[in-house]
Amino acid sequence: MDFTLKIWRQKDAKTRGSFQTYKVTDISSDSSFLEMLDILNESLVLKGEMPINFDNDCREGICGACSLYVNGRPHGPDTEITICQVHMRKFKNVGTIVIEPWRSKAFPVLSDLMIDRSAFDKIIQAGGYISASTGGVPDANAILIRKEKADESMDAAACIGCGACVAACKNASAMLFVSAKVSHLALLPQGQVEAKRRVQMMVAEMDGQGFGNCTNTGACEAECPKGIKLTYIARMNREFIAGKMGAQKMDL
Amino acid sequence: MIKLDPKIPKGPLAEKWTNYKSAQKLVNPANKRKLEIIVVGTGLAGAAAAASFGELGFKVKLFGIHDSPRRAHSIAAQGGINANKNYRNDGDSTYRLFYDTIKGGDYRSREANVYRLAEVSGDIIDQCVAQGVPFAREYSGYLDNRSFGGALVSRTFYAKGQTGQQLLLGAYGALSKEIHNGSVEMFTRQEMLDVVIIDGRARGIITKNLITGEIERHAAHTVVIATGGYGNVFFLSTNAMNSNASAVWRIYKRGALFANPSFTQIHPTCIPVHGESQSKLTLMSESLRNDGRIWVPRKKEDAEKIRKGQMKPVQIPEADRDYYLERRYPAFGNLVPRDVASRAAKERCDAGFGVGTTGLAVYLDFADSIKRLGRNVIEERYGNLFQIYEKIVDDNPYETPMMIYPAVHYTMGGIWVDYELQTTVTGLFAAGEANFSDHGANRLGASALMQGLSDGYFVLPYTVQSYLADQINVPKFKTNTPEFDAAEKGVRDELNKLLGIKGKQTVDTFHKKLGRIMWDYVGMGRTKEGLEKAIKMIKETRDEFWKDVKIPGDLNGKNAELEKAWRLADYLELGELMARDALVREESCGGHFREEYQTPDAEALRDDEKFMFVGAWEFTGVDKEPVLHKEPLNYEYIEVKTRNYKE
Repeated sequence: MDFTLKIWRQKDAKTRGSFQTYKVTDISSDSSFLEMLDILNESLVLKGEMPINFDNDCREGICGACSLYVNGRPHGPDTEITICQVHMRKFKNVGTIVIEPWRSKAFPVLSDLMIDRSAFDKIIQAGGYISASTGGVPDANAILIRKEKADESMDAAACIGCGACVAACKNASAMLFVSAKVSHLALLPQGQVEAKRRVQMMVAEMDGQGFGNCTNTGACEAECPKGIKLTYIARMNREFIAGKMGAQKMDL
Repeated sequence: MIKLDPKIPKGPLAEKWTNYKSAQKLVNPANKRKLEIIVVGTGLAGAAAAASFGELGFKVKLFGIHDSPRRAHSIAAQGGINANKNYRNDGDSTYRLFYDTIKGGDYRSREANVYRLAEVSGDIIDQCVAQGVPFAREYSGYLDNRSFGGALVSRTFYAKGQTGQQLLLGAYGALSKEIHNGSVEMFTRQEMLDVVIIDGRARGIITKNLITGEIERHAAHTVVIATGGYGNVFFLSTNAMNSNASAVWRIYKRGALFANPSFTQIHPTCIPVHGESQSKLTLMSESLRNDGRIWVPRKKEDAEKIRKGQMKPVQIPEADRDYYLERRYPAFGNLVPRDVASRAAKERCDAGFGVGTTGLAVYLDFADSIKRLGRNVIEERYGNLFQIYEKIVDDNPYETPMMIYPAVHYTMGGIWVDYELQTTVTGLFAAGEANFSDHGANRLGASALMQGLSDGYFVLPYTVQSYLADQINVPKFKTNTPEFDAAEKGVRDELNKLLGIKGKQTVDTFHKKLGRIMWDYVGMGRTKEGLEKAIKMIKETRDEFWKDVKIPGDLNGKNAELEKAWRLADYLELGELMARDALVREESCGGHFREEYQTPDAEALRDDEKFMFVGAWEFTGVDKEPVLHKEPLNYEYIEVKTRNYKE
């Protein structure tokens, strides 16, 4: 398979970037998308040019490092998959592939296709956890959890923190990411104690990091590689309002 | 001369850890604030240790190569984590988990360490549940379990096929809490390139910022290395692309001994290689062997037809299938340990019964389980794994058997540590896959997560504190000392040397070459002749690399090729040490299979008389012979037997 690639090149955060055009030929349909980029990079290095920088690590769809916006979609043409697991057979009859980094004020570009997603870590640090210190906790089976609740919590916890939801959203909202963590913990009895405080802290941090608002278009859900559901945003809103009311009561 | 003292506490096996904890030295809270700890690596061991140190009140600096600590490769572990809970009432106990781990490791691990691991395993599950790890539950609300290879009890806890992810997110949560509290300072996208030793103690590290390119100095009272294993020496492995051995290799070159480097784990169930441009391999969890049956065609002509695409596996009648693991190992069947399953697959493929276009694949078939349990049960258990498989291979495993083949997955070998997880360099600790400690010559499934978290949550917080107890009067270190100057200069010189070569071949060209040598001669089957050849070939490849590698750019800014180059430079030395270790060990044990030493029915033949020791290597210089130190292994509480998974 042969392709024309239009790729965003940007030396570093301070330098202005632009699209560059490259050609790759004889790509196996069994190659992954990132292996196709590896092949391009090998040819660039042999010419003495700098290879294209892009974040990637596990190449198994779980670390959440890869973050390419391919032909107008986060993680490319397939659904419920990260770009590292998309294979070139999905690009039959696609002559030109445009590759960009995530675009969001909260995720500044660091180099080429690499972005800075530390805003997500900051949101988690603000309260996206249960404050259980090591040791002194009860026996695991002392806490019974209904299977349905545990499964639903697991589905929310499956978020890989890649940021595709932000990239897909016209407002660059991080609501799906934040709601997945809020829901994961709020669905478990262990997470109840801090639930109200947690959602307030996380939402405040999210707003502070410059993410946009949610207008319920659902683009995030459509592009999420892990199938995180929009209903978690509804749950977070409920948690948030309940938290606010609880807080007011306490203030009174 | 280095003397290896494992520092095993006195007393009966079951009381050693309790005795240690009773006698260890403590640091008062006011002094903890004055003591700084550097942790390198943010996987299960590193994140758990950093969070726990922070909770205790120490000042922690944590370093990771990723943009976020949550991306460390622990995240990719699928199947589960073992613990001695005995929630099933099926006869599990601390001793049983200890026994299975020692036996699974083919009697090449240290009794006291493994017993402690089994002892704290239950606490790990409690801790994770408290953090909100959504382990699988039964309808009763109690925790569910599954079985893994090498055990006759169900002791594996799991969170769908994403157990590593959930455990790491639990540790990441604990870590985030401590970052928020200000006790842990997180340094992302930084790679450690040297350890700084002052007056015989580890006191700091040199790192490279992977975005700005800056070389930085960081000081502390003690340093913990938790940077994972070295499987990427094989180029193709299930390790992540950035997983690397540079931190462990560089502490080896500063005096930390490297133990059992040849003990690598080849995992039996990975998606087979598709071609030359393949960049890494994808694991299919061992948990699949609970319900999948492994087979190849019984007739060579059928295998041939399948390879040519003239026949489909579902067309082969039951009688013409060879369920070779069930045939050879009736007691454990498809759940034999990984090393045994991998070798058996290789044996069938080498004999001409392999499938797939390359002939380097066997089937993992779920048809019987789907018939017995229903498709929805299989989907519930393995849905996400089946989905991954279908996306990669373009085949539907609900309808046709999966194809699998062994691939490099884990390294049991690593930095030699004593009972306190301290290396031979004072004040330098190694945890998780980076150390050699608990798995002997073969690791059992679902034990890596257990060990990482055990080291991080429940061992290091005690032992590192004990080490720091007499350091309370040592003031914070400055980084403008001659030792830091020299270490930084060394790093700078090396990187400039690499950049100055300006040869003709890319880093990956050399890495693939090295990987080929390692897979062919230091892989699943090893011989004296092959290993000697490998040592020679690795040296030649290393010399060629240092003459002809082509790296664009300079020291500044992001330079991905330079990163790959320094990691490969280390692999090119480490690969040789692995071959040397395999050559010296004239026996077969666990994942180390010397073809000269096998039983008539092709099982590993140990030589306990001569080789019941930990082989710990001391660096003497590149291109110089390293020195082998032996730590004898004594088994007081376990009867040493030939591993038998047949009956």
